[in-house]
Amino acid sequence: MAQDRPTAAELLSAIADFLREETTPVLDRAEPRLGFQMRVAANSLAILEREARLGPAADAREHQRLVALLGRDGTLEELNRALAQQLRTGQRDERDPALMAHLEATIADKIAIANPKWR
Amino acid sequence: MTVHMPTEAEQVAAVLAIAAGRHFGGPAIIENLLRESGGASRQTWSFDAVVSGQRHGLILRRDPPVTAKIEGERSTSLDRATEFRVLAAAHRAGVRAPEPLFELLAADGLGEAYVMRRIGGTAIARKLLRDPPYAEARRLIAGQLGEILARIHATDRASLPPLGCRQAADHIAGLRRSLDLLGWPQPVFELALAWLDRRKPQPIAQPVLVHGDYRTGNYLADETGVTAILDWEGAHLGDPIEDLGWLCVKSWRFGSVDKPAGGFGSREELWAAYERAGGGKVDPARAHWWEVFGTVRWGIICHNQAFRHLSGSIKSMELASIGRRAVETEVDLLQLLKSGG
Repeated sequence: MAQDRPTAAELLSAIADFLREETTPVLDRAEPRLGFQMRVAANSLAILEREARLGPAADAREHQRLVALLGRDGTLEELNRALAQQLRTGQRDERDPALMAHLEATIADKIAIANPKWR
Repeated sequence: MTVHMPTEAEQVAAVLAIAAGRHFGGPAIIENLLRESGGASRQTWSFDAVVSGQRHGLILRRDPPVTAKIEGERSTSLDRATEFRVLAAAHRAGVRAPEPLFELLAADGLGEAYVMRRIGGTAIARKLLRDPPYAEARRLIAGQLGEILARIHATDRASLPPLGCRQAADHIAGLRRSLDLLGWPQPVFELALAWLDRRKPQPIAQPVLVHGDYRTGNYLADETGVTAILDWEGAHLGDPIEDLGWLCVKSWRFGSVDKPAGGFGSREELWAAYERAGGGKVDPARAHWWEVFGTVRWGIICHNQAFRHLSGSIKSMELASIGRRAVETEVDLLQLLKSGG
């Protein structure tokens, strides 16, 4: 059943903003160690907000690419397990352009959620 | 009637008064006791011990008693007693490091712990990299880190406690074991480990003292540059270039990405200072190998840190959140593997 607005992303965003703008400055004055932890918490909520918004489409793209790359179907975890195994045993390596294109696309989607400012 | 339950700080202060009294040979008054921010399991406390009117600025390093350590920690981290002896050997060899003074006893009840002299400076990368007072230090730090590292690697092995020797192949096996223990498939780390395995350097015939966690964030610096190398718990015997590679991992540049030497200079500047101070000649291909290795290592450490929370070993939002930093190293690895080698 669809939930009412706010969406998960909207609510997470509202909480993150509240913690960052209102709670953190107070903690920084009263107990700096907790102020730091509160920043970590607000940052984690921002990750979850991006994940709620971008994650489902990113997962679907990753799944589609893995099916094409490996020539078989399965869950995302099963396919990644199969790929990881092939990489450990050297059946595939960085000289495989299809593999590298898949990994580049997957990691670009992951970092866009975890830390879009990373460079 | 209410019973006063001593806080952790009161308990620590009471024990330190006894231990400092034992060491300095007179009644000690403990003042300015402060838990520094940082490690959830490995605590650092700052305090003064006043003995016969003389004030000693000191640091307590402490692992509170824990229920269980996960495999990864057990196999790669020194216990406090060994760390104390490594620090003592390095300090005697003239390395800029805090002077270790005395160990606490099991009966003191603080867990594994020792006390060293407090040295001025900050370890906070953000301040060192951006704040005005450190402008001159920023020009010096890369070279100083090269010089100090040459001295660490020259530490007389006979002066050291027994330490594990870890060559390139041992490190690769260790990281693969970590991935297997975590149980989550990691294609990019597998790719990078296979790349490393195919190109791994020959084992070192004369392994040296490797610091093991030589990076920005793990040393103190003031306006004049580096004042002390900290965090010796990763020390082992091995390839000296391991420390040079680790220092250049992008995560330790804290945003100053165009300055690979810890955010403060070029690789060449670092290597030249290392060589001038008596370190061996640095082979750029070998240094690149260790930088790629260090990048995989930090990525897997991120997952191991998150796992300490997920396994229930320590309840910590901060550790849990580090798991989501691993992907930063996956971005870096894909760039590093593309840039040759």
